[in-house]
Amino acid sequence: MRRALSYAWLLALFTVPIWLQDQYLLHVAIVTGIFIIAAMSLNLLLGYTGQLSLGHVGFFGIGAYASALAAVGFDVDVFGHTFVHDPWPVPAAFAIGTAVAGLCGYLIGKLSFRVRGAYFVIVTVSFAEVVRIVAVNWVDLTQGPLAVTNIPPFAFALPAIGRYTLYSKVSNYYLVLLVATAAYVTIKRLVGSRIGRAMIALRENEQLAVSVGIDVTRYLVLAAVVSAAMAGAAGSLYAHYIRIVDPDIFVFLYTVTMVIMVITGGKGTLAGPIVGGLIFGFVPVVGRSFASPEVQWILYGGLMILVVFLLPQGITPAVRRLAAARIAPRPNGNLDVLPDASQAGGR
Amino acid sequence: MDQLLQHLVNAVVLGGTYALLGIGLTLIFGIMRVVNFTHGELYAFGAYAVYWFVATSGVNFFLAIPLAIAAGLLLGAAVEYLLLRPMRGADIDTTMLVMIGAWIVMQNSEMIVWGGVAKSITTPFPESPLVVGPVSVSWLRLFALGFALLLIAGTYVLINRTKLGKAMRATFQDSDTAALMGVNIRAIHTATFAIGSGLAAAAGALLGPVFLVEPTMGDLASLKAFAIVILGGLGNVTGATIGGFALALVEEMGAGYVSSGYRDAMGFAIIIVVLLIKPTGLFARAERVG
Repeated sequence: MRRALSYAWLLALFTVPIWLQDQYLLHVAIVTGIFIIAAMSLNLLLGYTGQLSLGHVGFFGIGAYASALAAVGFDVDVFGHTFVHDPWPVPAAFAIGTAVAGLCGYLIGKLSFRVRGAYFVIVTVSFAEVVRIVAVNWVDLTQGPLAVTNIPPFAFALPAIGRYTLYSKVSNYYLVLLVATAAYVTIKRLVGSRIGRAMIALRENEQLAVSVGIDVTRYLVLAAVVSAAMAGAAGSLYAHYIRIVDPDIFVFLYTVTMVIMVITGGKGTLAGPIVGGLIFGFVPVVGRSFASPEVQWILYGGLMILVVFLLPQGITPAVRRLAAARIAPRPNGNLDVLPDASQAGGR
Repeated sequence: MDQLLQHLVNAVVLGGTYALLGIGLTLIFGIMRVVNFTHGELYAFGAYAVYWFVATSGVNFFLAIPLAIAAGLLLGAAVEYLLLRPMRGADIDTTMLVMIGAWIVMQNSEMIVWGGVAKSITTPFPESPLVVGPVSVSWLRLFALGFALLLIAGTYVLINRTKLGKAMRATFQDSDTAALMGVNIRAIHTATFAIGSGLAAAAGALLGPVFLVEPTMGDLASLKAFAIVILGGLGNVTGATIGGFALALVEEMGAGYVSSGYRDAMGFAIIIVVLLIKPTGLFARAERVG
C-alpha cells in the first residue's frame, strides 16, 4: 500500500512537464528539486544523527565549483608547480563534484565529531565561510568574483541516439527528478538499515548507544560523508543547470533555506524535506507578487519560529499523527514518527 | 619594525571591541546555553542606533553611544522575554533554530528600515590622526578603545563584585541549586541576555563610526564572536577578553603579512585549529564565569 503510494507520487512528478507549460514555473521546479536534494542530505545529519550542520552550503558550493572546474578545465600555479586540467565530460565532472564534497564531509566529520553539539554547528559555519573566502580570493582557480562561466550543461553519450545534451528545461527537470529519486532511495535504504538504526540510537541517547557497542564516531562520520556527497551532487546539478558559479553560492541564506525546509517539513522523516522544500520552493513564487524579498524573509523567519513553537516535530509528523488518529488509534511501530525524545523530555 | 608597531596598535584598538563582542556572547552561551545567532544583529543594531541618533535625530555623538547601548539592552531583554523564556528547557538545537529565525527577521527589518546602502556616521573627532613616532592612530579609534576598556572593566566589576554577578555565576555553575538557594533563574536569564546584547550593541556603536554601517555587518560579527568564545572557552570572560585581542592580532598580522583577502578567514582557521588541539578553549581552567 505504502509502496504503491510512493510510485503514484513518482508518476505524478513524472508528468509535471506535460501539464506545466510555463517555463518560469518549470525553472522554479528544477531549482526547488535541487534544493530538496540538498535538504534531504541535511536531514540525514540533522534528522537522523541529531547533528546540525550550518555549513551545508559549503558542501553544496564545493560540489558546484569542483564539478564546474572539472568540466571547464583550469590551470593553476601552486608553489611553482603548474597544474593543468583539461575539460572532462560533465557526468565525470558530476562524479568529481560529489566525491570532493564527500571528502570534505569526511574531514569535517573527523575534525568536529570529537566535540559535537554547538561546536559542530560552529565548525561547519566556519568551514563554509573559509571556503567562500577561498573562492573569492583564489582567483587563479575560481576566477574569484568574476565567476566560473560557460559551464557546459549535462550531456550523455547514448549508444542508440548518440550524444544528447540537456539544453531544455524539461530534460533538466527529469535529470533532477532522477537524482532526487536516487538520493531519496539511498537515504531510505540507509535509514532503514542497521546503520540507520545506529544513527537514530545515537540521536536518542548517545551514552546508551555507546554502552551497547555502537561506534559513535564511525557512524557520525559516515553520515557526514553521505550527506556532504549528496549536497555536492545537488551543487553540481545547480552548476550545470545555471551554468555560472560565483562565490555567492556560499551565501549563508542557502544553508538557512535548507534548514527551514527540513525543520518545517519535519526533521527525521523521509517526506519532511520534500514537503518543506515544496513549500519554500514555491511560496516565493506566490509571495513575490505582493511582498519584497525582505518582507518574505521576515515571514520565513517568523514562520520558522512559529513552527518550532507550535509544531516542534514539523508538518509531516503532525499530519501523519492527525491521519492516524482519524483512521484508527493504532500502536505506532514506525520509528521515524516517534517524537524526538530529547525534545519531548525537555518540555 | 615600524610597520609591525602600527599593526600592533591597530590590533589593540580593534581587539577592544572584539573583546566586548566576545564577552557578550560568552555570557549568553555560558549561562543560558543558547547559541545566539542574533548577537551579530545586535552589533549591527548598535551601529544603526548611533547612526539614527546622530544623523536623523541630531543627538550629540557622545550621548548617542550610551543611548545605543541602552537600546541594545532593551532589545536583548525583549528577545529573551518573548522568544527564549517560553523555550526554557528545550534542547540547544531547538533554541538555536528560534535564534536563527529571529536573526533573519531582525536583519531584514534593518534592511527595510535603513535600506541596503552602507551609511557612514559623522563624528566630532578631527580628521588628522594622533601621530606618535612611526605610529598613527585616529582619535576616533582611540576613543573606541578607551570606551571599550571601560565597558570591559565595568563588566568585570558587575560579575565579580555585585549581587547580580554572584547570582549569574551561581546560575552558570548549577542552575538548579542556584534556584533552590533563591536565585530567580528567569530574571537572571533575562538580565544575562540583556547584558550580552548590550555589549554587542556597544561593540557595534563603537565600530560603526570607524567603519561603515550596513545591514549584513552582523553576519561576520556573529561568526567572529563565536571564534572568540571558542578561543577563550565557554563562559570564560577573561578568556573572551584575551580571545578578542588575540583574534584582532591574528587578523591584523594575517592581513599585513599573509594576504589581506584572507583577513576574515583567520578567525575561522583559529576555530578549526583550537578545536583540534584543545576543544575546551585555550584559556579554560574549568568552565566557570569570572
